[in-house]
Amino acid sequence: MSIVFQEVYKILFLLVPVLVSVAMIVWLDRRVWAFVQKRQGPNVVGPFGLLQSLADALKYIFKEIIIPSSSNKVIFILAPIVTMTLALIAWAVIPFSATQVLADINVGILYLFAVSSLGVYGIIMGGWASNSKYPFLGAIRSAAQMVSYEVSIGVIIINVLLCVGSLNLNDIVIAQQNMWFVIPLFPMFVIFFISALAETNRPPFDLPEAEAELVAGYQTEYSGMMYAMFWLGEYANILLMCAMGAILFLGGWMSPIDVYPFTLVPGAIWLILKILLLFILFALVKAIVPRYRYDQLMRLGWKVFLPLSLIWVVLTASYLFYFNLLPVN
Amino acid sequence: MIAHAIFFYTFSIIAVVSAIMVTASKNTVHSVFFLILDFISISCLFIMIGAEFLGMIMLIVYVGAVAVLFLFVVMMLNVAQQKNQWFAGQATSKHIPVGLIISTLIFFEIVIVIGGWKYKPEIFDINNSLANTSVSNTHSLGQILYTDYIHVFQISGMILLVAMIGAIVLTFRQRSGVKKQSYIKQISRERAEGVEVLEVQSNKGVKIDD
Repeated sequence: MSIVFQEVYKILFLLVPVLVSVAMIVWLDRRVWAFVQKRQGPNVVGPFGLLQSLADALKYIFKEIIIPSSSNKVIFILAPIVTMTLALIAWAVIPFSATQVLADINVGILYLFAVSSLGVYGIIMGGWASNSKYPFLGAIRSAAQMVSYEVSIGVIIINVLLCVGSLNLNDIVIAQQNMWFVIPLFPMFVIFFISALAETNRPPFDLPEAEAELVAGYQTEYSGMMYAMFWLGEYANILLMCAMGAILFLGGWMSPIDVYPFTLVPGAIWLILKILLLFILFALVKAIVPRYRYDQLMRLGWKVFLPLSLIWVVLTASYLFYFNLLPVN
Repeated sequence: MIAHAIFFYTFSIIAVVSAIMVTASKNTVHSVFFLILDFISISCLFIMIGAEFLGMIMLIVYVGAVAVLFLFVVMMLNVAQQKNQWFAGQATSKHIPVGLIISTLIFFEIVIVIGGWKYKPEIFDINNSLANTSVSNTHSLGQILYTDYIHVFQISGMILLVAMIGAIVLTFRQRSGVKKQSYIKQISRERAEGVEVLEVQSNKGVKIDD
């Protein structure tokens, strides 16, 4: 029985920081957004407005949950739960140092990819079960969008795997000991970043919830805590994508320079710093780029990113093969 | 071992029940959701027998892509209504006897195939199974697929590609009068092509021809 409690403690030690950082990251997102637009942003609740998300969460908890009478009730309630759960279970395989990982599985990167590709179900379920026009349109848009950009993310992951020779996330981090993959695979990093924006429905690709056309997309009929769960799941997904980018391209928990004072800093701190760096980029993009038109979005995914990343797979494979650098074990 | 059994029976019961519910539920969208639940529990079973690569690929390909398209199509069609009419007996369909004949045929074919099935005796030797070797099953699968069965593998890929191209060709229709955006054309436009400065006289106006 003690092993069960031990695992539960481990899971809590992972989940509670993730949930707290999701709340903080919402605040950071709004502050960066305000900074770019020369506004103040949330700065009233607590020091620098740090407790703003807490206040918002309290507000959501005390609001009434309204379930539309014509909705499909079971699926309507399941949808935010699915979004939230999927956003949280993916953190099980993220390595915070060589030993600090909840589940060090062989196919870690496939697990991450699978969970992020399941994320679309929360949105489709929410949109369909609402039984209303705008949510349904939003759900259909997001299904098409997420399936399209998953393809290019998959091909980009193949690029990285060619250089690593293993699907384990710790192996991927260790393979970047001499050089982070962001240097040899820089174009892939850019495409990964943009695809991650589309995969998490962030601006400029936030068409599923485009408020100018679809009210709030799939979230239109949700209120109170259920809306908050969608919201938390969305931000947890964004953090997850940042973590994936940090592990695949920025060396994960490794220190940027392999010299004495830097190696003393625990790996978790480096990983968090890299995730924060990527997240601030996400927030900046939200502030400075206008929304894409839907056909432009599809064109970008299928006609630009997919061929580019496929060509890069051929290039990487031929380079590694010609110079006999293929990882063999 | 007990935990293993508990997990095995949980996942298999979920798999069987949701497979039954796929055909039993009245709402078509619900059956697709049950199908997804079925896929997920099957992939959990794959992971439990140590085939984690297959389990994950099952999740990515079937649940992440194929089932999304299923759901997409089923939500668009108004199948639920039609199906309820059959249940109510208002409309009799000519397809039902044909479907019954085909399904009986397939049932007997499956019975014949499974009845004559023989396993290699080595398979039951536990020491010989792949799960016990030091190589991970991703590696061992790759070593078999890309060496002994490379031609079969490539041919199946070709068949999929041909099917995809065929589907595109069959549904492709060229519509006239659709405005398309050409990025090259837009970017390479000069000022002289787009803007013309006219001398407009009072009370005369300008004639714009386009």
